[in-house]
Amino acid sequence: MIEGHLTLSKGNFKLQSGAFCLPAQGISVLFGRSGCGKSTLLRAMAGLEAGTRGHLRFKGQRWQDAAWQLPVPQRDIGFVFQDAALFPHLSVRGNLAFAARRVPPGRADDANESIAATASRMGFSDLLDQSITTLSGGQRQRVAIGRALLSKPRLLCMDEPLSALDWRAKAELLALIDTLARETNIPVLYITHAPQEVERLADRVIFMQDGRIEHIDTLREALSRPDSPLFAEEGPVSVLQGQLGAPDADGLRNFGNPQLRFRLSLAPTASPCATRLRVLARDVSLATLQPQGLSILNQLPITISALHAGAPGRVTVVCRLADGQPLLAEITQYSCQLLGLVPGMSAFALVKSVALID
Amino acid sequence: MTSLTPGEWQAIWLTAKLAGLTTVILLILCAPLAWWLARSGSRLANPVAALVSLPLVLPPTVIGFYLLIVLGPQGAVGGTLEALGLQHLAFSFWGILIGSVIYSMPFTVQPLREAFAAIDTRLLDAAATLRAGALDRFFNLVLPLSRSGILTAVVITFAHTVGEFGVIAMLGGSLPGETRVVSIAIYDYTQALDYGAAHRLSAILLGFSFVTLLLFYAINQRVMSPLKPR
Repeated sequence: MIEGHLTLSKGNFKLQSGAFCLPAQGISVLFGRSGCGKSTLLRAMAGLEAGTRGHLRFKGQRWQDAAWQLPVPQRDIGFVFQDAALFPHLSVRGNLAFAARRVPPGRADDANESIAATASRMGFSDLLDQSITTLSGGQRQRVAIGRALLSKPRLLCMDEPLSALDWRAKAELLALIDTLARETNIPVLYITHAPQEVERLADRVIFMQDGRIEHIDTLREALSRPDSPLFAEEGPVSVLQGQLGAPDADGLRNFGNPQLRFRLSLAPTASPCATRLRVLARDVSLATLQPQGLSILNQLPITISALHAGAPGRVTVVCRLADGQPLLAEITQYSCQLLGLVPGMSAFALVKSVALID
Repeated sequence: MTSLTPGEWQAIWLTAKLAGLTTVILLILCAPLAWWLARSGSRLANPVAALVSLPLVLPPTVIGFYLLIVLGPQGAVGGTLEALGLQHLAFSFWGILIGSVIYSMPFTVQPLREAFAAIDTRLLDAAATLRAGALDRFFNLVLPLSRSGILTAVVITFAHTVGEFGVIAMLGGSLPGETRVVSIAIYDYTQALDYGAAHRLSAILLGFSFVTLLLFYAINQRVMSPLKPR
């Protein structure tokens, strides 16, 4: 568990986290608008803000008590900064060695071996002897993540590590971070203001506003609120869990589970391990009868569980799929009245477009 | 050029010894001071910086005069030393060494302070999360990242001490082997109308100063280039 209650005044900004408690496992994403205090809270939790007050315990170990702070070097944390914060006077190898050499003797492996292993796992073996000034943004973040991992942290903090990268580097690194977190079992605190990164990575979401924690939800809970802050940009979104199957006779691929079957048209190279499907509510239409003669591939039986007023003139319909997962549909108020939709009713969801999150 | 006399060699050696010791002492004293000035955010930083910078604006004779009073046989420091059965420090090598340290201090503090202030705080944070404690960070991150500032401090401090005259003239007089550095020797030669000897030593100082600064600019460019973003 990571539990605490931290306060900090910095100029005009006041952090008042409120009491919080979250499991020290999986990926916890701090989400909120710029200036809401995500970075300040993460830095306060890491011990990087000297003026922090309150209390904090990590897996039972005291990290902060009133004005007392466990010094940062003793907290066993890895921290990946937005701009990587690599040491410019050292090569890539030098940066990694800086971390590896400072692991306490009882836990240290052979530094050279672990550097080589980390570089190969992170995909930058060929860059080891380069100066860090020659690296691209994506490469710098890979090195920064590798450096943090080499210090054998018990907690990995990442402060918007992808915000300066182009979409391709972003997608590659998201997949890498996800894999690393699952494989190493190191709990991750990850800051972002991009809902797509939340949907891709999060096990749970810490929503922040005006310097305090609003609530901490599992990803599923976070996505089942029609007014979730995650939907501010693109409207409501559903994220469905499932497995991706092999291409069928029609060249389409199945996604889902025994009770739920989406059929997707994908490039054959699509990653077979992807387990999340992203559906925008505005791409979902509803029909009370199973329609005929439609080009839409995915027509799924659903049960309506709730109706919420959305944007003016629109209704967000919370539907339950056959396997119990929620699916959101955004339709006009007019259609809703015309079809006489009420909770408990059975209907069909017509899904116009989906995206595999990988 | 006619060859140097033993007395002139002695003056050159004394000057080098004075400037070298001054530089070493100032680096050790000013590294923590400059760090504090650059990064503590203390309200005392500006008053302290002003105090340290006084030698930049005061006539050297003023500094020499006060030091003569304090270090001399009746002064707070000199008198105490005498009471302890030791020598007072006026007209001695140790006296002009103290004078040089004070007189050249701003030339060490300022480049170090600028170099330390320019270090990205996130690099220090990153090092702390990688288990580097305060001294570890200072020696393995701050010093290598400040190498250009340190080089500047060393060169300017050394050269400035070599070029010192007023403080030594006030505080040290002209005792061969003790306080008679090159600049004092040149003054003595000129007073004695021995222009040939004054020419020799002056040319040496001129050449030394030019070559030092030339090397400094060349090295600084090489030392800095790997740190510049491309």
